[in-house]
Amino acid sequence: MSDTRYSSDHEWARSEDGKSATIGITDYAQEQLGDIVFVELPEEGDSFDAGDEVAVIESVKAAAELKTPVAGTVIEINSDLEDSPETVNESPTEDGWFCRLELSDPSELDDLMSEEEYEEFTSNLE
Amino acid sequence: MLRSPLHDLHIELGAKMGPFAGFDMPLWYPSKIVAEHKHTRSQASLFDISHMGQASIVGEDSATELESLIPTDLKSLSLHRMHYCCFTAENGGILDDLVIACLGQDYFVVMNAARKEHDLNHLRTNIKKSAVLEHTENALIALQGPKATEVLRRLTPEICDLQFMTMGDFAIRGVPCIVSRSGYTGEDGFEISMAAETAMKLAKDLLNEPEVMPAGLGARDSLRLEAGLRLYGQDMDTTTTPVEAGIQWTISKSRRNGGARPGGFPGADVILEQLTNGASRRFVGMLPQGRAPVRTGTDICLEDGETIGRVTSGLVAPSVGSPIAMGYIDRDYASPGTQISLLLRGKHVPAEVIRLPFVKHRYQNTVKIQSNSNGGKSNV
Repeated sequence: MSDTRYSSDHEWARSEDGKSATIGITDYAQEQLGDIVFVELPEEGDSFDAGDEVAVIESVKAAAELKTPVAGTVIEINSDLEDSPETVNESPTEDGWFCRLELSDPSELDDLMSEEEYEEFTSNLE
Repeated sequence: MLRSPLHDLHIELGAKMGPFAGFDMPLWYPSKIVAEHKHTRSQASLFDISHMGQASIVGEDSATELESLIPTDLKSLSLHRMHYCCFTAENGGILDDLVIACLGQDYFVVMNAARKEHDLNHLRTNIKKSAVLEHTENALIALQGPKATEVLRRLTPEICDLQFMTMGDFAIRGVPCIVSRSGYTGEDGFEISMAAETAMKLAKDLLNEPEVMPAGLGARDSLRLEAGLRLYGQDMDTTTTPVEAGIQWTISKSRRNGGARPGGFPGADVILEQLTNGASRRFVGMLPQGRAPVRTGTDICLEDGETIGRVTSGLVAPSVGSPIAMGYIDRDYASPGTQISLLLRGKHVPAEVIRLPFVKHRYQNTVKIQSNSNGGKSNV
């Protein structure tokens, strides 16, 4: 079963198997950024610690980065985003995923927020 | 945080709000910047620009006193005509860019929001005989886009007579307004000043027209950038002269060497010398390869790494469909077609210098009447 977990930086991580996780930005994050016009993805084989900058995200107005909420090594990237960065606006938590990581420490997922906790968190932001 | 008279309308329309020059302003509406931008280029968009400064300079010496601060021939500006100008500094830099309209012996000025306190102080310090009256009681909206005239004509037929860069008094659906045919998007359009308490009704009347959508400051920025129009504080400031910034056309012939009254404005020695000999750097447009936007502060380089300039504005242009940038470059490399390199996150992105603007201006001098080809005359 899959479980989506959320960070306070508005990233999500979803694991199907407990060993790897897909990561992306939340609907709240894409709404804040506005029209996303450019995405720079990591390369397969790159390793990151939790909190590292993994991808560059640029909207019409601003530059932002995707910080991975969990440590790991990139095993797959969503290269469709390079041609269609607007997918991140249209489907941030499904088709707009950024990359899949082989997790260094799967227990890091437990430190992130559940969907309910994240909803509560964002509702207190504005 | 200050609020525009249209603040409640922005909230009602679901705008993403953000701080701008002390005001809580709409950055974009739910349709977002790209859609608002494209709508402005094809239809008409309503922008709230009430945060900008509006003032009158009143008195028989207004022209003379303003000319002591501005290198433009205001004495030759005829009634209801407008001119894009800048306040210059003693070092030749730009204190602000502004639009001035002639109201007979008096003048009406519209200043950048972030510079309005500075400008009013500058005017009051240097203008002794004339009165400087700020119009904080006024709202200011812009209706921009190729359908703007059609929309406004429906509400006010007399608007047909307005030429580009002229203004006049009109009543739109009974609301008294000062309407100018001007804007900062590169499109035909109007800026409408009216009493704050009447702004909500007029804005809603305009939004009820089928061609009109609201657009925020985000689209205003992307539109002006495509049109090659400079933004004060980003593309020009006190460290850039009007000649370097490529707005030397704001320095009237009569105020130049050999003119009827040359100089007599702050920084005249520096600016007139640059007009004669050219400045060492120039403001240019650039087309970067690839898809990545190139932002303010990016170094412009040669292939060997030597820095030859700096980007001051850039984005992925919605109407162009690719990245565009503007900035200052050493004059040896400023010719259109010159291949340069932009240093983006440690990587060199090839780019070509081009002549501004990126999107052709479509200012109109008169309203196009259907089936009458004499109506629309392109300006600029």
